[in-house]
Amino acid sequence: MNAPLVSVKGVEKRFPMPSHFLQLKKPVLHALRGVDMNIQRGEAFCVVGESGCGKTTLGRVIMGLLEPSAGEVHYEGTRIDTLGEGDRRPFRRKMQMIFQNPYASLNPRMNVAKTLAEPLKMLGDGMSAADISAKIDDVMAAVGASKEWLTRLPHEFSGGQRQRISIARALITDPDFIVADEPISALDVSIQAQVLNLLSKARQERNLTYFFITHDLSVVEHFGDRVAVMYLGSVVELSDVAEIFERPKHPYTRLLLSAIPRIGGQAFSAERAPGEIPTAVNPPAGCAFASRCPLAHDRCRVEMPVLRDAGGGAMAACHALD
Amino acid sequence: MTRREFSARFFRDPGAIFAALLLLTLVMLAVLAPFIAPQNPYDPMQIDIMNSELPPYWEPGGEEQFVFGTDAQGRGVLSTVMYGMGISLMIGVGAVMVQAFLGITFGLLAGYYGGWIDSFLMRLADIQLSLSTLMVAIIALAIFQAAFGPGTYESLALYMLILVIGIAEWPQYARTVRANVLVEKKKEYVDAARLTGMPARRIMLRHILPNTMTPLLVISTIQVANAIVSEAALSFLGLGMPVNRPSLGSLIRSGFEFIFSGQWWITTIPAIVLVLLILSINLLGDWLRDTLNPKLYKGH
Repeated sequence: MNAPLVSVKGVEKRFPMPSHFLQLKKPVLHALRGVDMNIQRGEAFCVVGESGCGKTTLGRVIMGLLEPSAGEVHYEGTRIDTLGEGDRRPFRRKMQMIFQNPYASLNPRMNVAKTLAEPLKMLGDGMSAADISAKIDDVMAAVGASKEWLTRLPHEFSGGQRQRISIARALITDPDFIVADEPISALDVSIQAQVLNLLSKARQERNLTYFFITHDLSVVEHFGDRVAVMYLGSVVELSDVAEIFERPKHPYTRLLLSAIPRIGGQAFSAERAPGEIPTAVNPPAGCAFASRCPLAHDRCRVEMPVLRDAGGGAMAACHALD
Repeated sequence: MTRREFSARFFRDPGAIFAALLLLTLVMLAVLAPFIAPQNPYDPMQIDIMNSELPPYWEPGGEEQFVFGTDAQGRGVLSTVMYGMGISLMIGVGAVMVQAFLGITFGLLAGYYGGWIDSFLMRLADIQLSLSTLMVAIIALAIFQAAFGPGTYESLALYMLILVIGIAEWPQYARTVRANVLVEKKKEYVDAARLTGMPARRIMLRHILPNTMTPLLVISTIQVANAIVSEAALSFLGLGMPVNRPSLGSLIRSGFEFIFSGQWWITTIPAIVLVLLILSINLLGDWLRDTLNPKLYKGH
């Protein structure tokens, strides 16, 4: 296997919760509990999981918006999570992000031209105004936006149009790697397909690598190459997309797959696993999924399973696989 | 809200139009005072003590030359009010500029960085707010007057008033800015700016501040009115503008001694002008607040 483009090694992220100063056991939210993954150049790597499982936190740690509490993030073999602003600059151009909420990701007081010019002004190493505007025209064409948009403000656009502008902003520095944080979940279903197609097209034309965060497995099925399933801050299963849909290894993955609505029903009438996702504040020892798992036994409640080879190129973290 | 919607709403509201016209008239009277005032009250050559305490021209004994009568030194009340209003407005606007500068700086720092900077600045604001503006100003100005003597004080009174009123009221701005920064900094456009490696100072000024301007505009109008009232109160207490360069407050004070001996106009006319000025600013401020904040319950 080639050297990975981005690799995440044992990343943890803990957030201290507001507490009373006399409280003995300070509450700490464990958003990420030891995440390892390698993202290969050119693939669309998807991360799925329900709300609060830490997938967005992971994306933000990779981008450097959050500092990991422990662990390392590498880009092409260079450790980037500890870099200062000056050393990070070359990586900022290669790594970009598309945000979830198109209504908050564009500054309402800046027109499209200014929004798009900003990354180039900061990272373009003194690009001339003519070069910047040529570059803007290029990405605007790539996302299928008309030139008249440039002088308008974000409130004049629909959600789908705004997301195109966000994608244009991410593409403008010619990145290799893009973290897409649920880029279509805030959009109308009719627009979702358009934006997904746009992302696929950009990937082919520009040889992009995606870190695609979503909670929608049907999107993964069409868009992804490999997928990591996250549950309460750790990866429970990591495998090829085809493998995961045909032979899911982890009981949580099976639960997620059974929740995809299919024509012909069953998804909503099927038996539900009991219980809810446990809280990430001072989480219990053992497997986080044990409280909902049909296969759970005593060992699961004491010992946290680690990610291991589960056959078919898949990795899963489950004691039931032993 | 676009500019067109804004002006459309303005021209549909007779109260707003009335307040704006009144304010515009008063401001024009003050700004153009050197050209249109019948007299220059700062020029001793134009003042004749023989004209002192003349009543308004519609009263018996009034002269047409002095429409609103004259004060104890023979200055025409109309002229002193026009010039005095200029000084009051200058202090009001100047003090608000000081407040806005301090308040926006501290509010941005507190909101953006959080942590101990936030706690420190906001506790400072709490302490500042627990002392009334007038009390702080009275103490500061009294010490200044005693330390530098009345001569120096008179020449610097204008700047001192601007500074003291400005410093005493910065927490209003700091709190408003901080609250808005806390909302804005969570939005993803700020993350997008951080991803370009933009320094924090530029993110605050270029991205966050422009998005907190609307509430600042509203409190600015109210704060100008408050600063003018504070200045008037200080001048009335003898800690404000000196008699030879009077503001509206010092005019009210200097006429106050004569009110029981029948010369009511010396104090009443500047008082009415002060009320009209404050009223017009506050009406406009209220209208701005209602217009720019559609979530506000308007009572019907």
